[in-house]
Amino acid sequence: MSLIIENLTVRHGAITAIDSLSFRVNERELAAVIGANGAGKTTLLRTLSGLNEPIGGSVTWHGESILHTKPEDLVRRGILHVSDGKTVIPELSVKENLALGGLWRKDKKDVVVATDEVIDLFPRLGERLTQSADTLSGGERQMLAIGRALISRPKLLLLDEPSLGLAPLIIDQIFQTLDSLRHKLGLTVVLVEQNAMSALGIADTGIIINLGKLVTVGKSNDLKSDPNLRAAYLGY
Amino acid sequence: MRLFSTLLIGLSSGAIYSLMALALVLVWRSTRVVNFAQAGQAIASTYIGYLVISRTDNYWLALPVALVAGALIGALVDVALIRTLNKRVKSGPAAEMAPVIVTLGLLGLIRSTVGMIWGGDLKAYKAPVTNHGFTFGTTTIPFSPYNLLIVITAVIVMAVFSIIFQKTNLGLSLRAAAFQPEIARLAGVRVDLVRTIGWAFAGGAGAVAGVLVTPSNSLSPNSLDLLLVLGFVGAVIGGLESLLGAAIGGVVLGIGLAFILEYVSTSLAFPSAFIVLILVLLIKPSGILGKKGGRGA
Amino acid sequence: MHKSRSIRLLVFIVIALAAFFLSNVVDELRVFQGASLSVYIVAIASIVLLTGYSGQISLGHGALMAIGGYSAVLAHNHWKVSIPISFAIAIVSTAFFGSILGWAAARLKGPYLAGTTLALAVGLPSLANQFSVLGGEQGLAFDVGAPPKSLGSDFTQYKWYFWICALAALIIVWITQNILTSRYGRQWRAMRSAPISASLSGIHIGRSKVLAFTISSGIAGLAGAMLVMTLNLVTPSAFPLSLSFAIVTGAVLAGVTNLGGGVIGALVLVAIPDIADLLAGKMGGAEKISANLPGFITSLILIVTVLLLPNGPKLSKLVSHKTK
Ligand SMILES: Nc1ncnc2c1ncn2[C@@H]1O[C@H](COP(=O)(O)OP(=O)(O)OP(=O)(O)O)[C@@H](O)[C@H]1O
Ligand SMILES: [Mg+2]
Repeated sequence: MSLIIENLTVRHGAITAIDSLSFRVNERELAAVIGANGAGKTTLLRTLSGLNEPIGGSVTWHGESILHTKPEDLVRRGILHVSDGKTVIPELSVKENLALGGLWRKDKKDVVVATDEVIDLFPRLGERLTQSADTLSGGERQMLAIGRALISRPKLLLLDEPSLGLAPLIIDQIFQTLDSLRHKLGLTVVLVEQNAMSALGIADTGIIINLGKLVTVGKSNDLKSDPNLRAAYLGY
Repeated sequence: MRLFSTLLIGLSSGAIYSLMALALVLVWRSTRVVNFAQAGQAIASTYIGYLVISRTDNYWLALPVALVAGALIGALVDVALIRTLNKRVKSGPAAEMAPVIVTLGLLGLIRSTVGMIWGGDLKAYKAPVTNHGFTFGTTTIPFSPYNLLIVITAVIVMAVFSIIFQKTNLGLSLRAAAFQPEIARLAGVRVDLVRTIGWAFAGGAGAVAGVLVTPSNSLSPNSLDLLLVLGFVGAVIGGLESLLGAAIGGVVLGIGLAFILEYVSTSLAFPSAFIVLILVLLIKPSGILGKKGGRGA
Repeated sequence: MHKSRSIRLLVFIVIALAAFFLSNVVDELRVFQGASLSVYIVAIASIVLLTGYSGQISLGHGALMAIGGYSAVLAHNHWKVSIPISFAIAIVSTAFFGSILGWAAARLKGPYLAGTTLALAVGLPSLANQFSVLGGEQGLAFDVGAPPKSLGSDFTQYKWYFWICALAALIIVWITQNILTSRYGRQWRAMRSAPISASLSGIHIGRSKVLAFTISSGIAGLAGAMLVMTLNLVTPSAFPLSLSFAIVTGAVLAGVTNLGGGVIGALVLVAIPDIADLLAGKMGGAEKISANLPGFITSLILIVTVLLLPNGPKLSKLVSHKTK
């Protein structure tokens, strides 16, 4: 019962962004994927969520393949991808952005419950429900994107650089929230980050990739203290 | 009185332009294609309405039948043609032109198919209520009960649209899929399906426009070409991105043209519309609602 | 460069001689089709220059042909000018109109330009109905006169049209080809494939686009004048929307970037009515079938070509390599 990636290869035209990558993430674990710009982190997540098509390899979640499946179907199987950058729909209100997360769900009662939970978790969203998402700050947008995913009751959460462009204080806040959430909800999380220290701080496992290839996998504590890795990839 | 009556006439023709503009905007927003075949889809639907009228003599049956037919044709065009096109033509110098050319080809295809089935002769389309103007005392104004009916029907259609778009889950999906298809997908919206529904709505709106405009003219395979152009002008006036803008743009155009026809010259209607089109595009390409990059509801 | 130019000239002369020889051996209908072929070749050349080179789309070249057609007829009828002069007037007046339109067009993005030019194709020809000087629905007669006596007594009117059209087409294709290989042609191509670096390297994009629109319009105007000559008259209905469709189809068939391919596109367009007649006969020959089948086939070809060969037929690539 876990996410198992084997020999995954993804290309963008002539560029091989992911090159026979293999690793696994156990259920209820948080795995931090670390790598420099262009390492292939985003491509990895996009492939896991069905946005990109791989040319080889396999990915299974709970024993079933999730490749060659539309993102909207994976969402219904509990796989939620919070992409980097503009992750909200700026033309819609905050409330509508949140509502999107529950649109497809049959259990409308639980959608209401989940929405209330999200608003409790991120009170700043609650204060801005009718505002257009365009007016939100970067941190609020990140909350909105995560909140929308939570309303879908995810089992596997794929997060792409949630710290991107945020102030250190907010980053800490988001990471703490994330850590308590995943324990509370029993989430499996793949967290892509360049901010290695924060990410490894809450992760169980660290996965370091470079130019699409696996560099090393290990307990996050071991990775944090490995001097070679620190110098080469972790940058602190 | 003349002023008022011209205003009303403009409102009635503008309502029809608005519907066509709405159809174009719906498709443009979701698919980034200006669907020139909209005139073809509308003419096919209007002829299907004609079948109903010629059998039953009932305009009120023809209108919903045409609407449903228009919606089905719209959905079919998206599924059969546009999806294939998007799959086949992803990049290259043709990517920008291909949709334009394909919808143009489809317009030709539908027009000639309609011609092969029904012939090129003009068909009369009976209005359900009189097209003779209202009379007040001794004066009869050009604005007729039928014109009033056009306005009411168009308002109903647009009200239904705006309720669907603003208040329903389907509407939310439609907007999300149109604005940010990828994020919508990641939130679980079935974007392809929703887009097809958007095409169906557009097809329905175009069909209603066709059935409403035809009793005042007559029906032939190319009788809606001008409506397409005026709908496009209306849509551009409204900024091409906004449904509200399309509605307003169509009405503004209708009223403007009515005044030119009444007070200046009947031969200037098309040139004026054309000049308005160019002026809007040159001076305020985001349309009169004019938010920059403005994508309102 | 010089050598290739003289080879090209030789090719043109050979084609001309072959065409004139052919016109003496085939029957009257084929001669008339030869004239139509020439009209289409010129019209397609105008699209190739505009769309294939400068990257601007036009769905309204049928309307520009109408301007050329009416200008030629008005000039000929009112000022009694000779055919070449009336053709020249058609070119100049349409180019003038095109330069105004092009000024606006250079500022419009793809779909907007497509819609605007389509509007023109729909509205402009019918405008002629409203002005009595243009003859309304009946149009104006265009009589270029019988062929000169010196060509012999069995020299038919159609053959005369063909000679005029073929000569005009050869000259204009020759000129167009030279424009496309000139500095301007290279500028257009640079502008189309890499607009930013083109403007950095000093190409004035706006001006360059307007120039392309102007020249293209002039060529379309000539095609319009040739068309109305073969019809003996000019009417609004000579320039239906389907004419604009047909020209675009021909250009798409040609791969849009290739003048030589334009000949193939034009051949297909000329052949379509024949094919349609054949099919219509098989389908019972009803008037409504035979009247609409050509449009149906043209549109079908247009859609299928774009779907199957979005970047033009491979063949055109071979040819364009040779002409480089
Ligand atoms: N759509 C695309 N087309 C072509 N190449 C792409 C595309 N997306 C990514 N690439 C290339 O694939 C490689 C991996 O990119 P990716 O975005 O996955 O890296 P990343 O690790 O997320 O980088 P960053 O930390 O900057 O976000 C890069 O070389 C990038 O240029
Ligand atoms: Mg990335």
